[in-house]
Amino acid sequence: MDQHRDRLTRLPLWTVPALAAVPLLGLAVFYAWPLGTLLARVLQPSSVRDVLDAPGLGRVLWFTVWQAVVSTALTLLLGFAPAYLLARYTFPGRRTVLAVVTVPFMLPTVVVGAAFVALLPDRWHQSATAVIVAHVFFNVAVVVRLVGAMWAVLPTDLTAAARTLGASPAQVLRHVVLPLLRPALLAAAGVVFLFTFTSFGVVKLLGGARHTTLEVEIARRATQLGDVDGAAVLSVLQLLVLGAVVWWSARWQRRAAVAFHGGRTTRRARTQRERRRLAVVLGLTVIAMAAPVLAMVARSFHPGASWSLTAWRTLGNSEVRPGISLGVDPLASLLVSLRYALVVTAISVVVGGTAALAITAARRHGRLLDTGLMLPLGTSAVTIGLGMLITFDHDPVDWRASWWLVPLGHALVAIPFVVRSLVPVLRSVPPDQRAAAVMLGASPLRAWFEVEVRRLARPVAAAAGFAAAISLGEFGATTFLTRAGRESMPIAIDQLLARTGDVPRAQAFALATLLFALTAMVIVAADRPEVTDARRA
Amino acid sequence: MLDVRDVRVRFGDRDVLRDVSLRVDDHEVVALLGPSGIGKSTLLRVVAGLLVPDAGSVWLDGTDLTDVPPHRRRIGLMFQDEQLFPHLDVAANIGFGPRMAGADRASITRRVETLLALVGLEGFGGRRVTTLSGGEAKRVALARALAPEPAVLLLDEPLTGLDRELHDRLAVDLATVLRDTGTAALLVTHDHDEAAVIAHRTEVFTGGTV
Repeated sequence: MDQHRDRLTRLPLWTVPALAAVPLLGLAVFYAWPLGTLLARVLQPSSVRDVLDAPGLGRVLWFTVWQAVVSTALTLLLGFAPAYLLARYTFPGRRTVLAVVTVPFMLPTVVVGAAFVALLPDRWHQSATAVIVAHVFFNVAVVVRLVGAMWAVLPTDLTAAARTLGASPAQVLRHVVLPLLRPALLAAAGVVFLFTFTSFGVVKLLGGARHTTLEVEIARRATQLGDVDGAAVLSVLQLLVLGAVVWWSARWQRRAAVAFHGGRTTRRARTQRERRRLAVVLGLTVIAMAAPVLAMVARSFHPGASWSLTAWRTLGNSEVRPGISLGVDPLASLLVSLRYALVVTAISVVVGGTAALAITAARRHGRLLDTGLMLPLGTSAVTIGLGMLITFDHDPVDWRASWWLVPLGHALVAIPFVVRSLVPVLRSVPPDQRAAAVMLGASPLRAWFEVEVRRLARPVAAAAGFAAAISLGEFGATTFLTRAGRESMPIAIDQLLARTGDVPRAQAFALATLLFALTAMVIVAADRPEVTDARRA
Repeated sequence: MLDVRDVRVRFGDRDVLRDVSLRVDDHEVVALLGPSGIGKSTLLRVVAGLLVPDAGSVWLDGTDLTDVPPHRRRIGLMFQDEQLFPHLDVAANIGFGPRMAGADRASITRRVETLLALVGLEGFGGRRVTTLSGGEAKRVALARALAPEPAVLLLDEPLTGLDRELHDRLAVDLATVLRDTGTAALLVTHDHDEAAVIAHRTEVFTGGTV
């Protein structure tokens, strides 16, 4: 529509700048600046050559790539059957199965790591197998969600048509179903590859010293070896690889896009055979998904050779023996984590909310703002943490000792998710809603507030929950920004697991159990309004 | 009295409205009759102030409204698809206009009760608008549009999408409400019978002069 036509109902000119100011300032200071500092460090040719020539880098790169490829392939393979059954069938308990399969994706990486330390026999610890198994557990949800969503709307008549043309079930799968699902499969593969390529917590806890990925190597160099230049070079290298992967997967997906028409096609299992297949596959899936967490809970009550409450009872007491302290206070870390989560939630909701409003109110220029705010999403948490560490360490911005640096790092990770969940809600509001408010006597600004800002109440509650869950589990950025005496739960769990002895290990499992319960509660509470909204729509 | 003078709207190189003029007297209900896609809704949007015309002016009781934003025009609009606010209940939807006008809570409540009674929806105040039937939603939309006591009410195909029987009953009810409240109204429709039941005067709309 021509510019002048909505002249009388436009928002005041200052609305978008006013809304975008805080998010943009935050992005500039806490994201762009640290990233710029990181890049500046790398632009010294000598340090680049030193790092790239260093022995062992080839091994790190090779392991990073191959474990990501194998993890991705296995996740697709193993997620395929549950995705199909959950998309096609309705049955009692379906929502529970869906929750058991998808909740792990939202769990803190440290909890997943601890759960597999608890589950796997000792000889499997510090092995590539452990890393890959945990990655599959983590990411099956991606396949179930993305591939399942597409499968659910794939018309059953298409497969029926193929059968009447003489195709066997295997041929239908190969020639009809797989090609049609290709966009979803590619999307899932892209997401899982990115997650496993940049995986930090799982690899750090399960890979041991011999199996390190780029992400773990960056952290090791920066925090253990004091080789910040080397870490910076590696994180820029990783940034380049990530950019390339994102670009490729976006291109592939565009090419492969197919549109379907048709509603959901779920139905009850009819034959005995269908029911048995459903029960066996989903039963095995649920067992596989629940086993690590159950093992972790069990072993928190089983330090050493017998059942006992020792680990739980000593959780609030950092002394292992009189006078000998662990250096970590597990229970105090709970309070630290809760406080971080509260601060992160507040920051993410305010900044993410105003950003989402600015993006949708700006219309044409909104895309630019949208892209800018999504950048942290394409940057690994470790890179964010490293950037902040080397930027805010000298006057006048020596903020390393400030308690709020950690929650700020968490917020950088969480805000893109908040924005992503709110923008579609705002975009789905029909423009005539605001016109209706204006016709009832609301000024354009008031109409915008009444119709769009107030509608965010519900989705903001959900977004707040996810921000809290992200903060509770954040490990990558925290590794760089944490200070002794202020350990968050993931840091405390990592440190406890690194100790020898049965009690610290059982304490780690107990603390991980607490963190699991806390995160699961937040996710379930946050997910509810969204679910009811979707039903209403 | 609403007075529309020589309104012209061009979209691209097409004249959607070519020098349209029309008048609606106080307490008068005028129907604009014409097939869909001929610019009837566009004309209503111009009168409402949601759309600024390329030429021409809109006058209300001797005042030029051309540069007055819609929320100060004292003109109401009932949308074809109601546009009820899904995050508010029925009472809050109807009370929206008075609330914007700064009315106090007690008088808003009274006004909502009166309007609910007027459209035959007593006791519906606490209902979520997403649970309303098609006919109920239309009634709420009408009550909401009347709540700020507009000088002129614009009705954009207000009864489309209802089955015949409900449509006819609501047409009679709508006519009664408009007459009882003495509201001047401009109705656009493609339905002869609807125009005949609701309006005092029917004009055939061709996109040009009425």
